[in-house]
Formats: sequence, C-alpha cells, structure tokens
Amino acid sequence: MSLALHQVSVRHARAASAAALLDIDLKIGPGEQVALIGPSGAGKTTLLHTLACSHMPQTGHYEIFGADPWALSSAARHLLRKRLFLAPQTPPLPAHQRVVTAVLAGRLPQWSLWQALRSLIKPADPRAAFEALARFDLQGKLYERVDRLSGGERQRCGLARLLISRAELLLVDEPLSALDPTLARLTLQTLLQEARARSATLVCSLHQVELARAHFPRLLGLRDGRIVFDARSEEVSDAMLAELYRNARPTPEPEALPAGAPLAGAGLHL
Amino acid sequence: MTTPSDKPPADPAWHGRLAAGLLGLALLWPLLLGSEFKPWTLLDAQSLAAAMRFLASFLPPAHSTEFLRQAAEATWQTVAIATAGMSLALLGAIPMTLLATTRLSLSRVGTNRMGWAAAVLRQLTRWKLVVLRSVPELVWALLFVRIFGLGPAAGVLAIALTYSGMLGKVYAEILESSDGHATATLIANGSGRLGAFLYGMLPEAAAELVSYTIYRWECAIRGSVVMGFVGAGGLGQRMDESLKMLAGDEVCAMLIVFVLLVAAADFVSKMLRGRLA
Amino acid sequence: MNGLATSAAMPPAPRPPWAMLALLLALASLVLASFLSLSLDWEALFTAEAIASAAEFLRSFAPPEMALEFLRRIAVGIAETLSISALGTGIAALLGGMLALPASGRFGVLLRLATRMLLNVLRSVPELVWAAIWLIAAGLGPFAGTLALAAHTTGVLGRLFADALENLPPQAEATLRINGAGPIAAFFYATLPQAAPQMISYVLYRWENNIRVATILGVVGAGGLGQMLKYHLSLFQMQQAASVIIAMLLLVALVDAASFWLRKALA
Repeated sequence: MSLALHQVSVRHARAASAAALLDIDLKIGPGEQVALIGPSGAGKTTLLHTLACSHMPQTGHYEIFGADPWALSSAARHLLRKRLFLAPQTPPLPAHQRVVTAVLAGRLPQWSLWQALRSLIKPADPRAAFEALARFDLQGKLYERVDRLSGGERQRCGLARLLISRAELLLVDEPLSALDPTLARLTLQTLLQEARARSATLVCSLHQVELARAHFPRLLGLRDGRIVFDARSEEVSDAMLAELYRNARPTPEPEALPAGAPLAGAGLHL
Repeated sequence: MTTPSDKPPADPAWHGRLAAGLLGLALLWPLLLGSEFKPWTLLDAQSLAAAMRFLASFLPPAHSTEFLRQAAEATWQTVAIATAGMSLALLGAIPMTLLATTRLSLSRVGTNRMGWAAAVLRQLTRWKLVVLRSVPELVWALLFVRIFGLGPAAGVLAIALTYSGMLGKVYAEILESSDGHATATLIANGSGRLGAFLYGMLPEAAAELVSYTIYRWECAIRGSVVMGFVGAGGLGQRMDESLKMLAGDEVCAMLIVFVLLVAAADFVSKMLRGRLA
Repeated sequence: MNGLATSAAMPPAPRPPWAMLALLLALASLVLASFLSLSLDWEALFTAEAIASAAEFLRSFAPPEMALEFLRRIAVGIAETLSISALGTGIAALLGGMLALPASGRFGVLLRLATRMLLNVLRSVPELVWAAIWLIAAGLGPFAGTLALAAHTTGVLGRLFADALENLPPQAEATLRINGAGPIAAFFYATLPQAAPQMISYVLYRWENNIRVATILGVVGAGGLGQMLKYHLSLFQMQQAASVIIAMLLLVALVDAASFWLRKALA
C-alpha cells in the first residue's frame, strides 16, 4: 500500500496565520524507508500526524491504503488506523502502569474488549513483550513501573510497543532524542530491521542528520512547512543540508504541535 | 501651611459606614420576623420544663443489651444502605462518564469536530447528570418513601440517583483534566474506545477516581442517617422514633454511636485511600 | 542487543498481590452483604404493577399548582428559607467568632482542647438532626431551623476561624500590647482586621451552603420550603408539592448563579 499527498495544506486550529504545512506533494511507495529532516518548527510532527490520519488537511488530497480517509465515515477511518502505528516524541505511557502492560497495549487494535480486560489483570503474552523489549536491551524492565524508567528507557519502551503492533505503516517521531550516540545507532538499526522484516513503510523524523543519511535510502527535507528537497540520500549534498538548516537554532525544541495533545486544537469542549 | 481655622477633611468612609449600618439594621427586622425568631419561647415555662426533662434524661445513655443490639442492627443497616446505594450509583455513573467525556471521541480525531450525533449524545448525557444532581437527595427520599413505603429501599434509591449524578460529573472532570497523551496515542493507532480507556485513561486517573469514590461513600453514610429521619431506615429512622418519644437516653446513646460511626468511616476511608490510591 | 536467544530466562513473574486481592475480596463481600441484608424486594420494585403505580404517582405531579394565592405562599416560604439561612449563619458567625478565641489557644492549652472538642461535636451532628432536636425546645416552625443551622455552623465556622487566627503573624498585636494597649483593644485593632477578609469569605461560603440546607431542613418541621413540601406530600397534594420542588430547584440555581457571578466580579 502506498501513500500519496497531493497539494496538501494543513493549518493548526489555534495558530493565527502561518500554515503548518503548505502545498505538500508526496508519494511514498510500499516498503519504503524515508527519513524526515529539517529545523525545529519545520512541520515534521505535523506531517507525521497528517499521514496518520490524525490531522485533516485544509486543502488538497490524501490517499492511504488506496482510499481517501477523510471521505470515509469516522468508523471506517478508524478501521484504517489499525494498520498504522504512530510513535510520538513523548512516550505515551501512563506513569503507574507496568512496562509489560504498556508494551502489550500495542495489540489493542487487534484485541476484543474481553482480551483487553484479561490482559490488564494478567498480561496475555509476556513472552512477546519480553522479546520486543530485549531488542532494545530493556528485557530486565519487564515488570517495572513506567515511572521508574529513565527518559531514554521510556522512549525505547514506546518503540517496543511498535514492535508488538502489527502495523504496515510505521510513523516515528524523533525516536532518538533521549539516547546516547551508541544506543541511538543501535535503536535505529532495530527499527529499520523490523520495517524491512515486515515489508512495512517507515517514515521517521530525525534530528541526527548523519544517522539519517547513513541509514535511510530516501531523505525528505522540510523547512517552514514546505518540502525543500526529496531525494535519495546519496544525492543529498552537504550544501543542501547547510541550506536546509541555515539560521536554524542549534538546539532542537519541541515543535508546534505539542506532543501532549497531538489531536488537540480549538476542540469543542462540551 | 495650615492655619488653625482650616478644618481637616471629612472622613470619606463615615457616610458609607453609617449607610451600611442602617441598611443592616433595616434588613435585620424582616429577617427576625420572617424566621419567627422568638428566643423567649425557649424560656417559656412549659417548653423549658420539657426541654430540661429531655436533657436530663440524656444521662446515663441507654445501654441495655436489647437496645444495644437494636442500635447495632440499625448502624449496620445504615452502612448497608450507603454501600448498596453507592454500588448502584457506580453502575449508573460509569456509562454516563464514558459517554460524556470527549477524550474518547473517535470522530473528533484530526477534525476537532465531533460527528453531530455523538455531540448531541454527549450533551444530553451531561444534562442528565445535572438533573440527577440538582434535586436534593432528601427530596428523592421523601418521594420514594411515598412510593415504596418506609424502609431502606427509599434510601438506597435516593442515594443511587443523586450520587450517580455527582460521581458522573466528577469522574468526567477528573478524566478530562488528566494527562491525555497516552489515550490520544492509543486511539490514533487504532485502538477501540474501551481499550484506550482501560489502557490509557484508567492508569492515569485511577488514584483520583478511587479516592473520590471512597470520600463519597463516607458522605453517603452520613446522608443515609439524615434520610432516616424521613423514614428511609437505618440509624436515622431509629433516632427519629426515639426523639418523638422524648427518650433522651436512647437519643444520647445513638448520637454517640453516630459520632463513632462517622469517625470509623473516616478512618476506613483514609486507610483505603492510602492503600488503593 | 538484537535477537536475544529465546532460551534466555525471562524475569520471574511477580507474586500475586495477596494483600490487594484480600482487600478487594473484603470490599466485594461488603457490597454483597449490604444488598443481601437489606432484603430489598426487587420484585416489588420492578413488577409491571409497581412500575405502573410509580408512573401513576409521577403523573399526579403534573401540572404543578400555579394559582396566584399558592405562589404567594411559596414566595413566603422562600423568604422564610432565606431568613433562616441568613440568621442562622449570622448567629453562627458571632458564636463561632467568640469560641474561636479560646480555640486558637489564647487562653491556654486546656481550654483550647476543650473548645475544639465542643466545636467538633457541634459540627459532627448533621443540621437535620439538630433540627429534630431543637424542635423539642422551640416547637414546630422556622425558629427550630434557625437554631439548628446556628448550632451546626458554629462548629464549622468556629473551627475555620480558630485555624485562621492561629496562622496569623502575631507581631501586629504583640506590638500594640508592648506599647500598653489592653488585650481586647489589641485584638480588635490588629488581629481582627488581619483575619477579617478570610473570615468573611468563610461566612459567605457557608451562607450559600446553608441556603441549600435550609431549603430542605423543613421536612422535619423546621419551616421554609421543606416544611411546605412535607405538608403537601403528607396530604397527597402532589401538584402543590411539585410547585414547591420546582421552587427549591430554582432557588438553588439562582444562588449558584449569583455566587458564581459575584466571585467573578470580585476576582
């Protein structure tokens, strides 16, 4: 299955003027691995949320799994969501939950209510959670509480949930921000391995440009809501990167779409 | 420079104070009239004698075995009314909470607009919660005693109705104000509403939800004693009977039992909140 | 790191939380015992006849009585309710203020303990129970209601005032005393002005609450709308009762709105 964005513009409900994404034209084929790079505020998180059907485009046309999700009913659209997995930058794990339960929550789209309830009391498949955690070197934390983990451990825990899910489209937002360089490289390799093994499409936003260049066959450069370049990583020159990050702030900051409320906006409060 | 003939400026607050004082006095008169405030009736020879006799009979408090047995039964009945009422209230409140909260809306994801049917359902649920909460539980108890007669059924139903409104409202508020990131992500990744609730919302909010429920249970115990005075069973009804018979020793004993019951409920509530929350 | 051999030992599953399970079991048995011991006649509640008679009962409420003469009496009832609440709260503010002095430790530890115990007893007894008791001395009518509110609220306000007084910085009053002022004067010139805003806020909040309480206090005979409701219900005059209930709801809604608006205006 492929993704196609055609002349898509996205605006945040609360933002006064600037659009978050402007005139995006993008096609991603099945099984591709794409890295999203660009300075803070460029719109990377917004793009990932748009691809995840979490943000309706203001203008333009989005096609995923062969259908226009925003032309479908809300229920049909929700069925589409089972086939994708969005891993936000802030690990979405409740503080008092145990790691095993938090990781197994990746199976919720496939579980019936009864299975979900049972797994709360007694985890349904701790072995699978154990193996997923082991791939990020977290196997010892299986029965720990989430709030006893460090920031980097929580981030990898969120990625372990990705391994448990059965999605065909993996959308990952800044998975390496709390990891040291060695751990970052190893984590990235695990992600890529998994995507390849499932023949899943992987779109991953990164600040570590060199890692992106080294590991991803395709790079998408975003700046101020527009695509600056979309090229094979061999063809991306240092000059292009310098131009992309020109005048950018040195330390990355969280982007305009707050991680704590990826679906928020001027929401109705009834 | 001031000369001795210059007078200091007048006190700016004086007129206001005078006016406020006069207004207060003017309002006091109708208040006293309207509430038939006649403290001298307390000193009226007959009622004073009756009151003194009643107070004198307080001591010693009734302590015959038969009476203590009845008091214990009535106390258990009060606790049972409160517990049964709360259980029914929970059954009613949980679905209403799930309906009323906006965090579990599937149609809202990405569009920030709920489907109109969902929006209407949520608003209706919220209104229903308000109605249930507004009628005082004592009024419900009065009505239910009329329908079902004297006894605990009226108390259980009154608590169940009013408290389900209260619980539903506060639960919804607790859920709306807790961290929604985990839930939102689960829904974005295709989990169903109940799954997202169990794995995202509940772990975040459980402590506060449990704590408030236990606090309300404690209130329900006090409320069920009060409702007994209109015939809804338990310690309150027993106390009302003793009061009508001017049996001061029984009233005194039951007041002591009541204070102990409240203290015990307070202790149990603190202990449970420490363990479960 | 990748591909750990599946024969590697998983950490042992944690022991089941016995204490928690025991607690949950105890709670479940409490709930079950409650339902069983009450021997609620579920069939009587849910048979077709019971529902029919309940529906009949509810239907008898409509339309609520709207005759002018009756509405006038409701207005009197509302005025009575408001008077009960205002007087009761006012008396409680005075008495509570007086009791707050020993309760804040000004006259020694022993007196502090004794007064606090008294205040505790006063506020433990619910207003309705107080009303039933005061009826014996004051007879039927709103006077008993006023006394009941006064008794309960004295306990509440006395404790709140005492805590507020204890938490005040003592320098202002101490300075006056050092400079020769008498203790009572020093209290009125230094302590009271400092504590007053807090205390006034407590009194207003309790008054708002007491209006709601006064509305239903009358069901035991202590005046106001509550007494009207009991009276009409006992005579099976359902339509009049319906009007009284509506008046109660409106009164409470008005008080809620007024206090909300007032808070916004003052903030």
